[in-house]
Amino acid sequence: MFKKILIANRGEIALRIICACREMGIKTVAVYSEADENSLHVRFADEDVCIGPARSLDSYLNVPAIISAAEITGADAIHPGYGFLSESAYLAEVCEACHIRFIGPDATVIRLMGDKARARRAMKKAGVPVLAGSDGAVESEEQALRLAKDIGYPVIIKAIAGGGGRGMRIIRTPGEMGRALKTAQREAQAAFGVGDVYVEKYVEKPRHIEVQVLGDHHGSVVHLGERECSIQRRHQKLIEEAPSVALTDRMRRKLGGTVVDAARAVQYTNAGTFEFLMDAGGHFSFMEANTRLQVEHAVTEMGTGIDIVKEQIRIAAGERLSFKQGDVAFTGHALECRINAECPETFTPSPGLIQAFSVPGGPGVRVDTFAHSECLVSPYYDSLIAKIITHGRDRQEAIARMRRTLEMTVVEGIKTSIPLYLRILADPDFVAGRLSTAFMERFLNEKRGGSLAQAV
Amino acid sequence: MSNLDEIKEILDLVKAHDLAEFELERNGLKIRVRKDAAVPVLVHSSAAPVPEMRPGAPAVVAPSGRPEDAPGAEMEAEAIELAVVKSPIVGTFFRAAEPGAPPFVDIGMRVHKGQVLCIIEAMKLMNEIECEYDGELASVYVDNGQPVQYGERLFAIKVV
Repeated sequence: MFKKILIANRGEIALRIICACREMGIKTVAVYSEADENSLHVRFADEDVCIGPARSLDSYLNVPAIISAAEITGADAIHPGYGFLSESAYLAEVCEACHIRFIGPDATVIRLMGDKARARRAMKKAGVPVLAGSDGAVESEEQALRLAKDIGYPVIIKAIAGGGGRGMRIIRTPGEMGRALKTAQREAQAAFGVGDVYVEKYVEKPRHIEVQVLGDHHGSVVHLGERECSIQRRHQKLIEEAPSVALTDRMRRKLGGTVVDAARAVQYTNAGTFEFLMDAGGHFSFMEANTRLQVEHAVTEMGTGIDIVKEQIRIAAGERLSFKQGDVAFTGHALECRINAECPETFTPSPGLIQAFSVPGGPGVRVDTFAHSECLVSPYYDSLIAKIITHGRDRQEAIARMRRTLEMTVVEGIKTSIPLYLRILADPDFVAGRLSTAFMERFLNEKRGGSLAQAV
Repeated sequence: MSNLDEIKEILDLVKAHDLAEFELERNGLKIRVRKDAAVPVLVHSSAAPVPEMRPGAPAVVAPSGRPEDAPGAEMEAEAIELAVVKSPIVGTFFRAAEPGAPPFVDIGMRVHKGQVLCIIEAMKLMNEIECEYDGELASVYVDNGQPVQYGERLFAIKVV
């Protein structure tokens, strides 16, 4: 087992990893940028190393600085968290060359699944249903138009190297293709350094269903059930839940089995998530795989009782999974709201000093956060300040718990998205479980329409 | 522990043990404390370290007076420009090109722009840290072979 793990991340996920390490008796090393000098993850780690100035490229994305920090502290493993370098095959390779264990899949698997087009091909080969689309990068407008005609409109253009909504364009008619293609390519180049895009069938009002997997280095792969993440704005998840109300046990077993087979086919190890779109008829299509721990891993932990970060560490240390598929059971219902430091109406970022911070306890509540009173939320990094997760015997109780938890959460000094979530939780479609990735668009338009009507 | 904390500790020790005189030299810092009557006076400090500032920005530091001063005498204010060299990378600090070799620079030595002050080893690469000022090396804050982080104080140079 590792003696010392360096956490190549910040904020709430760095604290999450510290939690697991502390419970396992493993020493921790925090790395931080100058902007995070007083951050909780630095305070609670056993050792800390300043790795650069505030800018991510010079600090949390700085591979030499991170490796050097591991060397001078004698860390024998690095946990990359999510975001930043968590899906960097380069970091995984450098770790291996420096005899530091990277807590995640192998570099080859990261590279394979990180290339969206290659991932689709590999999944197709493994018998996973994939959305109709181009098998590689789109070379020309003519090719894109031909593909779109075969697939059938509407189609979506996506960045091969990307995610998070950038380098994406929805096209409903051939006339839109030329401009959409050029803009998507430019965006992809700017955001990911690679301008290649691929074309895919666009499913109207799909549900976003993803499956959590864990694979060890002894050939054992299990799934931990699905999560539904349909409440998204501009492809950024806002609310996640498990299980999905749209899946029957039979669908769950079938989807889980398909994912486990696919993970085995690509020799997947450590934690990962396979994302699908589900259409109104209950048919799943593979979208992409995330070869890392995810923000919303907590909802799966709440329902299964499995500590995914500890499993990641054990797997990376060469241990066998301590449980079989038959041992995995999901009880009750879990919900997560991502609390962002932003205006709940306009979504503009709201960095600044949190003057008062208080979260309630009580049954079925979990809060993962680095925020506290007198904590400075800096503008350099993403706006997530806290994840509030609730669990209940059923979805109704989970929602009621989330509502009262949000109502009893105090964050003063900055704006947060809490009021937005309270409104969503009261929405009849949400309460009834009538979800899709089109939910937020409808919800926000209605709000706008509503307030306009009031103003008139 | 910052040097200010160390100085406070020393003064407490002087008081507690009722010492008449106390001298300490360490890490380029030299302190001599002479006590007379009830009030200990900080008599001499060479290369007083400077608190947090941006890399390379010179600071103005007022040193204490001279050993010959009568007890209780006012400290002479004499402005000295000190530039603090901070580490631009994470790694291990070495004062010489290789084990056994003489250090690149020593306290009191004149240094000039572009001169190599030390090596910081990171990922098996030896990075030479160059001086950005003309002046005299006043302090060395790090021991040979010590790990350093980004922004860690390495040297203080009296800019002349």
